[in-house]
Amino acid sequence: MTQTESENPAAVEDLLSRSRSPAERVQHVLHGNPALSPLIVLVLAVIVFGLINPSFVRPAALSLLVQQMAVVGALAVGQTLIILTAGVDLSIGMAMVLTSLVMVKLNSQGVPGFLALLIGLVVGVLTGLLNGLLVTRLNLPPFIVTLGTFSIFTALSLLYAQGQTISLVPDAFLLKTGQTISIGSVSVTWGVILMLALYAVVGFALQSTAWGRHLYATGDDRDASNLAGISTQRVLLSAYVVAGVSVGVAAWIVCGRVGGADPNAGLNYNLLSITAVVIGGTSLFGGRGLVVGSLIGALIVQVFNSGLALAGADPNYQVLATGILVIVAVSVDQWIRKVKA
Amino acid sequence: MTGTQQVQESEVPQGEGPNSPVLEAEGLVKLFGRVVGLRGVNIRLFPGEVLAVIGDNGAGKSTLIKCLSGAMVPDQGTIKVDGQRVTFRSTQDARAAGIETVYQTLAVAPALDIASNLFLAREVRREGVAGKVFRMLDKKSMRQQAKSHLDDLGITTLQNIDQAVETLSGGQRQVVAVARTGAFSSKVVILDEPTAALGVRETGQVLRLVRDLRDKGLAVILISHNMPNVFETADRIHIQRLGGSAGVISPKTHSMQDAVAIMTGAKTVEDDEQSLR
Repeated sequence: MTQTESENPAAVEDLLSRSRSPAERVQHVLHGNPALSPLIVLVLAVIVFGLINPSFVRPAALSLLVQQMAVVGALAVGQTLIILTAGVDLSIGMAMVLTSLVMVKLNSQGVPGFLALLIGLVVGVLTGLLNGLLVTRLNLPPFIVTLGTFSIFTALSLLYAQGQTISLVPDAFLLKTGQTISIGSVSVTWGVILMLALYAVVGFALQSTAWGRHLYATGDDRDASNLAGISTQRVLLSAYVVAGVSVGVAAWIVCGRVGGADPNAGLNYNLLSITAVVIGGTSLFGGRGLVVGSLIGALIVQVFNSGLALAGADPNYQVLATGILVIVAVSVDQWIRKVKA
Repeated sequence: MTGTQQVQESEVPQGEGPNSPVLEAEGLVKLFGRVVGLRGVNIRLFPGEVLAVIGDNGAGKSTLIKCLSGAMVPDQGTIKVDGQRVTFRSTQDARAAGIETVYQTLAVAPALDIASNLFLAREVRREGVAGKVFRMLDKKSMRQQAKSHLDDLGITTLQNIDQAVETLSGGQRQVVAVARTGAFSSKVVILDEPTAALGVRETGQVLRLVRDLRDKGLAVILISHNMPNVFETADRIHIQRLGGSAGVISPKTHSMQDAVAIMTGAKTVEDDEQSLR
């Protein structure tokens, strides 16, 4: 007993004087910079796939890659907002399909493109508003609400389009998002620019306005935010409405990419948007994450898909890689959240 | 008239007499169905004092505090702030009247940093177009104000104002929550069990902060189960029993045993509240 007592203080001193272990230091840095780990993964993935197949890192290939992820990227903006509030939106892909169908069908029925776009945007906002009202007024869990609206939007899409894919006439205004601007060998579509603008605006609002602070606080601890005087109902509703805006933008981008609207296309987009957000370092428990992380997350998924395809791997390995990425990302998030001072 | 009054007189903000209560409630009644929460409670709070509210479980402490902080609307009774009758429909109303509350469940957002938490729900926007049109926050000014405010209160345990609250200890978090009410309250700070679940040293920190707030001229209501803390910090002690007020005592004239006896009904208070002042 006396022996341990005389030894203990020295042992404690020794432990205290020892600086943080490398792992702890990494944990700390990642805790302070939630978008850092996905960024590292993205850079490493590009380098590795570039070494396997040098054509992967050609500007043309990379710009195509960005065009391919624009739709998921835009949806991931809305999904990030919902996940930051500790919710999840399972309906976001179908909401986009419904919105794009409205745009394309109205346009094909003679409504001018610009007007069809505006009506489509309104439909997108309404899908978000419906989810938001159900979550805030009826106090239902977002998972259940959006599971329900997912089926509703699916049914509405199929009924409205009568199960048919609708194509746009060439030169339609709605195809604008598919047109490219070339700068040297880099070609960027208007859709990509639109998506990046969406990231810039929402990122600014999250970081630099009181609304952003309140959104983080609400997702972090809703009761505490209420007691602090934040109207969390209004904050939640606004998150769903802004997600509706991103649905509208994504719908326009998908029109340009596929040249029409397909009522059967939404299923993948739901899960891909969640995947992008989670890989991007946003915590499913709410209150933690950056919208730019989701951009990086969406890029990572696309890099793995394109890289594996270019490397000649069986397409099923793309799905496998995505699954592993999601599990790794959530594990890292869990570890980071246990940070100590 | 006891010695406490002299101390108060010197620290009362100018323009307000030491004998005018900043917060006064009369005949507060609150019923929950057939259950009586409050049966006609009177309470008076003066600037520059710490009034402890003690009582057994179910004595009506929380209900009383909720009525005063706007979280509940009493069924009967009046509340006056600076002699003016007020009706609080929400905590926002009470806040506008200068009454800030720290709830037992900490009202802090763990992932946000200290400065953001201090300014939660009352963020400062930039001047000019950046603030008016783009609604941009003035992060620099909020950080500076938060820092100078913490320095004002002599809080040295929080070195980094950009630190996320979740990386703080329980005591430090409580310090943030209490400092927040101190920063924005103009008159009254209500603290509901601020030292529950804190260690000895952390409790000391929070109680020192409570005394500092009082010394700045604020009126503090302290709800606590911890008798030594109450007797160490409070100027007067309001005892709740079975939904009613069992009396107000001073730690100078009564012992902890007296307080417990009054709480349990074994003893009654002869002195009325006025005689303590």
